[in-house]
Amino acid sequence: MTVRFTLNGAPVSVECAGSRRLLDTLREDLGKTGTKEGCGEGECGACSVLIDGEVVDSCLVAVGQIEGRNVVTVEGLAGPDGKLSRLQQAFIEHGAAQCGICTPGMLLAAHVLLQRTLPPSADDVREGLAGNLCRCTGYTKIIEAVLSCTT
Amino acid sequence: MYDVTYLRPTNLKDAVQLYRATPGCRPLAGGTDLMVMLHARTLRPAPRAVLDVWSLLELKGVRRSQGMLEIGAAESYTGIIRSRDAQEHVPALVAAARTIGAAQIQNRGTLGGNLANASPAGDTLPVLLAYDAVVVTDRRSIPIDQFFTGYRKTALQPDELIVAVRMPLGRRVVFRKVGTRAAQAISKVVTAVSRSPARVALGAVAEVPLRARRAEAALERGDVEGAIAAVADDIRPIDRRTVAQNVLRSLLDDLART
Repeated sequence: MTVRFTLNGAPVSVECAGSRRLLDTLREDLGKTGTKEGCGEGECGACSVLIDGEVVDSCLVAVGQIEGRNVVTVEGLAGPDGKLSRLQQAFIEHGAAQCGICTPGMLLAAHVLLQRTLPPSADDVREGLAGNLCRCTGYTKIIEAVLSCTT
Repeated sequence: MYDVTYLRPTNLKDAVQLYRATPGCRPLAGGTDLMVMLHARTLRPAPRAVLDVWSLLELKGVRRSQGMLEIGAAESYTGIIRSRDAQEHVPALVAAARTIGAAQIQNRGTLGGNLANASPAGDTLPVLLAYDAVVVTDRRSIPIDQFFTGYRKTALQPDELIVAVRMPLGRRVVFRKVGTRAAQAISKVVTAVSRSPARVALGAVAEVPLRARRAEAALERGDVEGAIAAVADDIRPIDRRTVAQNVLRSLLDDLART
């Protein structure tokens, strides 16, 4: 089937089975490899993307379900000129990425949190990122990076 | 991933007709269970189609109806958590919804999915039992205490679709989940309790979410200590013997198929 949706602000159209995982379509059909596959079971959050402004695991979404929706991946966080968002810059400055697999999902979950809850407390950040696991266990620097964007 | 036909009806009437007309079809809402099983090919029997009900307006929303609170089967946990009506009338369900996974899962998980999947550890299911919820389908209303018939088995007919869940207003229910961590954990024990009427509902303590009838009888008499003692006889945890039997059955099924 043909599925049309908005990806990082631009209209896209893909031809694939409606039951295909959004994760696979993003990475393999559309070349957006910023989105990572971790567990494939909705436990780790590495494949987090935004659909209509809500954070979801793209391994749990069928492509047919995003017809007409607005999808944002980590590639959509920087400005059109490639300038990193304040949150992305904060991750660099705080050393909040080690191996980097969890970083795109962390960034998207934190992006939503910063839009929803201002200013979030350290507990808010922990709860907001509870669905994103870091296999390097570098949580402290990630939480510090997010909190640095609240002032 | 199974090779399944993806069906996306645009209204409930079409959904019901399609579901009845399509053998081997599984309803798909937020996908938090089904997408994993489709990808890992762990469904028995193998499905031939999925019916996407996620966007059906008739299955969305939280509303008061006929003196009950009605929640659409495909409303997300986030939608339930944010609903003023849910916060006011079924706060224990809101509390349960907040313990399910994290934001990513709360944005996609649904009551209809929790019910249809019928995991003994399903986080909302003891709460629904304590509220005496009613499962509304395309053809009838099923009292929740008749809904779970066995391990991951329900009273639903093969072509019956869950439409909504109804709960009475004004009942005071408390909820507690015990897992390995606060978020994103499978429950070790889920409990929901009401004093009047006396309801003691438990999850992850048997092959189905269950009401602890002996504990309820004690609580009905006001005997709190008696209820706590009796609950030990009400539960029947899935033990290693049962697990071994289930594993052996599944392996022998696989052998028979190859």
